[in-house]
Amino acid sequence: MKNDNKRRSFLKNISLATFSTLALSGCNMKEIDEFLQGNFRELTPEEKDEIVKNLAEKYKKRYGKEFTVSDEPAMVGVLFGYALDISRCIGCRKCVTACVKENNQSRDPQIQWIQVLEMEKERGVDLHHSNINYDHEKVPEKGHFYFPVQCQQCRNPQCVTVCPAKATWQEKDGIVVVDYNWCIGCRYCMAACPYGARHFNWGEPTIPTEEINTDVHYLGNRPRQKGVVEKCTFCVQRVRKGKYPSCVEICPVGARKFGNLLDPESEVRYILDNKRVLVLKQELNTQPKFYYYFG
Amino acid sequence: MNFSRFLTGSLKIIFQGGKYYFAWLIFLTILTLWGAYGYYGQLTDGLITTNMRDSVSWAFYIGNFTFLVGVAAAAVMLVIPAYIYHWGPIKEIVIFGELLAVCAVIMSIAFVVVDIGHPLRFWHMLPFVGTMNFPYSILAWDFFVLFAYFIINATVVIHLLYSAFNKKEYNKKLVLFLVLASVPMAVGIHTVTAFLFNALPARPFWNSALLAPRFLASAFCSGPAILLILFQLLRKYTKFEIKNEALFTIAELMVYSMFIYLFFTVAELFKEFYSGTEHLLYWEYLLFGLGDNKEIVFYSWGSIIMGVIAFFLFLVPKTRKNFITLNIGAVLIYFSVYIEKGMALIIPGFTPDVLGQIYVYKPSMTEIQTAVMVFSLGFLLFTFLTKIAIAIMFEGYNYEKVNILKKIK
Amino acid sequence: MKINEIFYFMKNRLINNISLTSLLLTLFFIFLISCTSKDMDVKKVDSHEGTEDIVEVKKVSTIDEYAVDPPPFTDGIFPCNDCHGYQDPNPVRRDLVEWHDDISFKHDSENRWCLDCHDIKQRDSLRLANGKLLDFKESYKLCGQCHGEKYRDWKVGVHGKRTGEWNGKKHYLLCVSCHNPHTPKFKKLKPDPAPMKQEDIKLVKKSENIESNEK
Repeated sequence: MKNDNKRRSFLKNISLATFSTLALSGCNMKEIDEFLQGNFRELTPEEKDEIVKNLAEKYKKRYGKEFTVSDEPAMVGVLFGYALDISRCIGCRKCVTACVKENNQSRDPQIQWIQVLEMEKERGVDLHHSNINYDHEKVPEKGHFYFPVQCQQCRNPQCVTVCPAKATWQEKDGIVVVDYNWCIGCRYCMAACPYGARHFNWGEPTIPTEEINTDVHYLGNRPRQKGVVEKCTFCVQRVRKGKYPSCVEICPVGARKFGNLLDPESEVRYILDNKRVLVLKQELNTQPKFYYYFG
Repeated sequence: MNFSRFLTGSLKIIFQGGKYYFAWLIFLTILTLWGAYGYYGQLTDGLITTNMRDSVSWAFYIGNFTFLVGVAAAAVMLVIPAYIYHWGPIKEIVIFGELLAVCAVIMSIAFVVVDIGHPLRFWHMLPFVGTMNFPYSILAWDFFVLFAYFIINATVVIHLLYSAFNKKEYNKKLVLFLVLASVPMAVGIHTVTAFLFNALPARPFWNSALLAPRFLASAFCSGPAILLILFQLLRKYTKFEIKNEALFTIAELMVYSMFIYLFFTVAELFKEFYSGTEHLLYWEYLLFGLGDNKEIVFYSWGSIIMGVIAFFLFLVPKTRKNFITLNIGAVLIYFSVYIEKGMALIIPGFTPDVLGQIYVYKPSMTEIQTAVMVFSLGFLLFTFLTKIAIAIMFEGYNYEKVNILKKIK
Repeated sequence: MKINEIFYFMKNRLINNISLTSLLLTLFFIFLISCTSKDMDVKKVDSHEGTEDIVEVKKVSTIDEYAVDPPPFTDGIFPCNDCHGYQDPNPVRRDLVEWHDDISFKHDSENRWCLDCHDIKQRDSLRLANGKLLDFKESYKLCGQCHGEKYRDWKVGVHGKRTGEWNGKKHYLLCVSCHNPHTPKFKKLKPDPAPMKQEDIKLVKKSENIESNEK
């Protein structure tokens, strides 16, 4: 009996040791640290600094360029709003391309945070008769108008409610963000979003090295990995420094407007006061901060 | 000490059997390995090896998950009629029902694990170590109730088998309490799984109040079907005894739930087709296709026809009491509900998508392989557990007999 | 003896109930912890929330002067007086044949012609309807005479391409930077490529350069 016990415990210990060695040999300390990292909102400022530093190093190793990884918090007294003039959009998709470049979206498999829908003028705003794959020589095509859709940064975001791990949340300046290191990839938020604004990295994202944007934010446009969800963040890396989102700046017809909803002098407040706005799928009570208007 | 000998004894009995038994085990193992090869491809290359894309972000895996939760719920639902109708072998019915429930819960959790993008990060959604979004996220609730349901069922089964193995009296009060608790828990797990879909105003196909009742009704059609066949097999090959009347009563109860399910479905169809709003598009895609996209019409009508045939086979006493038609009906209703809870539930929810675009989905080879892997492992587990249960409950296998086996070897 | 029995009996009871007890305790703690982590709760942001600080109100300028990019002159066309300085002005409305014939005029051509906007004496200036002269850098005031609504929106930054800072200096463009004053109607553009069909998004066979994924 006693010999049995001794043999049994020896075998147990040996197998445990072997297993641990095998498991640990595959990773280095930095990878283990990143794996055990907590939810971004629960980290101390020192931990955040450490993480951001490690990320910059990792990106440099991977892409061979100097990255600035920021974790700039929200400005006080700011709530971002967006307005899009659908009497002006011509469907040129320059916003889509600018967004892809600014936010390091994967080229293959392709991810595009902005989706431009071509609609028929006779039907008005009718999603079920719209077409996202229009491919004309020149736009705008006669009899049609164009309706870009991206994250509406809802005041009552369904995606935030359903995330089982609290990996996505709304920041104080109103931007709904994702912690790419915390997302488990269950895609419940994608099922919950009424605007198709959330996109999944089905495969490992690829970005051509010469087109990489090295000025990144932890919650925004830093290069992602496969298996996590991403979405438009109103260019959080730009707007928290006072710049406009890329889509606003690139639009050649000035259909896109952006600003602070709490500032009575901002463009977006002017539009709410003087133009007539509507929101998409208003009956779902998501209360978007993305307004469509007719300028 | 007692527990470890129970474990070793159980392990021993698993590897005892005739040639058919081992042929079955080898068959399942081959399937598992083939499936695991596909799953490995998914782990290395990502979920792009499936055919899910942004428009249809949940598909085959979640369909199987939903179906298996229904099976897990229904397996235990037989307990109440067993008591009411005084079916003799209540303990045995309870054990097999709960064994099926345990395996089905494990399989359904496995389907969630193979579906998420970062399986190793699952701890992020746990309380304490992670940040569980309780009580807002229904997925958090689902994990919670599935885990609790699993614990309850596993405790009852292990306790009953362990007591019998060690020739002890089982704790009647504890078992009774847990078994009675497992019944509302069964309703609970399937209602919460229904709420998972119901909670999304973005998906009008699922946002109907009747979704949860339809889920429960169809679950109660499919779960007992498996047990119906299983009890007949046990009756033939072991000392398990169950009266014909008990089997016919199971079929009769299934008829009631089938009828309720049909009524609820007709109610849904009336509302959508008569009101004819834009929400009709999802039902149209399911039943008639939209434009050229008629991919799932065959499956949805197949499911309906199989279900209706099974309904009549069980309704008419002549066919209900004939074992051939009874078993045909059981198989038909099982596959009918498999399609109805699987592809016919998930895909129309996403087609057309929220921006009106249509993405045509059909499962990829990787998804089929991974599903086969999970099902084979689940079947293996169920085979092992049933073997242990049969040995202990019907063949008087206990700790004394373990050593006898050793001597024979 | 009796005490031992009672103790033994309670110990057995407790062991039998341990699974039940631990399940109940686990449930209780989960409820306690999850419901008390208030700071992580889903917060509905209201548009009137968060105004702890008084936001700096930027006064709209009462003087209509805006810092704009220079006018997009064709090379060599300005200053106009280089040519027109030694010519006699001809106020008769006509089609231009010898010079400026490359200009296609389609801006209310039924009622307007060149000298409604260009001053006949001071060729390096534009003119308003009341005869007041304007520098080319202030051409927006001229456009604003007829297009008042657009002018009003442009001043606030709501009309036209928007670059600069949303909380600081806005960067203005002249009307003519986007709208050709002689043929203002926009030409159609070639759109950027359509998104890939999702059916065509497949696994990409990677080259060895790209590192393997991290968890």
